[in-house]
Amino acid sequence: MRAIITVIGQDRIGIIARVTAILAECRVNVLDISQTILQELFTMTMLTDLSAMEISLEELSTRLKEAGEEMGLSIRVQHEELFRSMHRI
Amino acid sequence: MKQNEILETIRMIEEQKLDIRTITLGISLRGCAGDDADTVCGRIYDTITRRAENLTRVSHAIETEYGVPIINRRVAVTPIALVADALDLDGFLKVALTLDKAAKAVGVDFLGGYSALVHKGFAQGDEALLKALPEALSTTDRVCASVNVATTHAGINMDAVARMGRIIKEAADRTAGRDGVGCAKLVTFANVPEDNPFMAGAFHGIGEPECVVNVGISGPGAVKSALESVRGEPFDIVAETVKKTAFKITRMGQLVAREASRRLGVPFGIVDLSLAPTPAVGDSVAHILEEMGVEVCGAPGTTAALALLNDAVKKGGVMASGHVGGLSGAFIPVSEDAGMIAAVERGALTLPKLEAMTAVCSVGLDMIAVPGDTPAETLSALIADEMAIGVINHKTTAVRVIPAPGKTVGDKVAFGGLLGEAPVMDVSPYKSADLIRRGGRIPAPIHSLRN
Repeated sequence: MRAIITVIGQDRIGIIARVTAILAECRVNVLDISQTILQELFTMTMLTDLSAMEISLEELSTRLKEAGEEMGLSIRVQHEELFRSMHRI
Repeated sequence: MKQNEILETIRMIEEQKLDIRTITLGISLRGCAGDDADTVCGRIYDTITRRAENLTRVSHAIETEYGVPIINRRVAVTPIALVADALDLDGFLKVALTLDKAAKAVGVDFLGGYSALVHKGFAQGDEALLKALPEALSTTDRVCASVNVATTHAGINMDAVARMGRIIKEAADRTAGRDGVGCAKLVTFANVPEDNPFMAGAFHGIGEPECVVNVGISGPGAVKSALESVRGEPFDIVAETVKKTAFKITRMGQLVAREASRRLGVPFGIVDLSLAPTPAVGDSVAHILEEMGVEVCGAPGTTAALALLNDAVKKGGVMASGHVGGLSGAFIPVSEDAGMIAAVERGALTLPKLEAMTAVCSVGLDMIAVPGDTPAETLSALIADEMAIGVINHKTTAVRVIPAPGKTVGDKVAFGGLLGEAPVMDVSPYKSADLIRRGGRIPAPIHSLRN
């Protein structure tokens, strides 16, 4: 399955490095990254492919969430279909 | 996907409290009928626990995968008056306890269907269920009851209306220590839908399949927030904005319904397009009406604003879902909506205004606390008025009223959780006893020569 990972919070050095390192460890392939500073907040959305992932989605969510909390960021993993169905006819 | 669309969805969920209000599993209990109470109860318990075995697990899995909060899981069953028709009063009380036990076993917060349809009269099972209602509501925690007393085709059963007033009073008395919470689990209906996933009025209608998944969406906060961006614009733009937001919300509901149906191996029934408020800040239907331009909900103009809202939600949602059903519209439960509570406390929202509002929105006088000494006949007369609005206008209306034991205007009742808290509202002191004493049936209305 493909998932959208969003990372939102205070900007600092090393956010992308830390997040992508976890994704690499979990065998998650990044297909697309878009990153910007919105209203002074670091905002990154990533389209990822989870088909080679060996852990559960829940485990991935927990690992990213914990890393996010350490860096003062909120990180979410959500099935791509949610966004597609809400914004496309 | 565009980043702004992704972030819009995240904001809707995080800041505007968008969620799936309920995944409700409809379960037929027709195969459980019998003339021995223990046998019937055994079958009911087994059927519910077998059918709903995976409901909680599947719901949590969808919630994790999609990152969409699913607030409640519920079960609706065949009206018990039909299933337990051959049982006596004791049998009906046993069935209520069995349903409560089954609800707890499968982890649902409410189970609906302790119900009877009596719009033309009372069958044997209906009689027993009505007699059992006050005790059943006080001895169970999760069982929800409903009685349909009127339809556009049959008119209004005024004998049933009279009895509901007395039943509500007795249910309040039996749960007096908990502010009359028994009444919060009892709905009196006109034109009840058979596939409504929302409590307390849910049941699994007789035209439904063996088992079905229905989903109720929510999202008043998302609509309110969208309207903040069109302040001062004409109503054409307001309607368009509500429609677009309702479309997005409903698509989310449709996605969850489809996934739940696939994973449970149960057919998808309907998505109920309702704006269902909760007492949480930012989750209020009243605040949407205020955003449209009334100073406080209940001020003149409120009915017009609500009419637009109710209609636009349906128009936006219908295209987003394969099958729409249930109550679909805007809910205005007083105790469950922070804005409604505030409006009542400021004296802006009164019972007569709420009655007018129910003529243009889904459901009716919902979660309204009135003084504990309100006569049963007055409660019945409130019900009769509400039923008349539903019957004449070809729509569902309902009454869920709580005569708060020992309390009067100015006091508050608190039920906690989703049921919220409500200020006790003023009821007309003038009596309706002679009207209610007449009994009989108000005939079905004519639907030509409309004026």
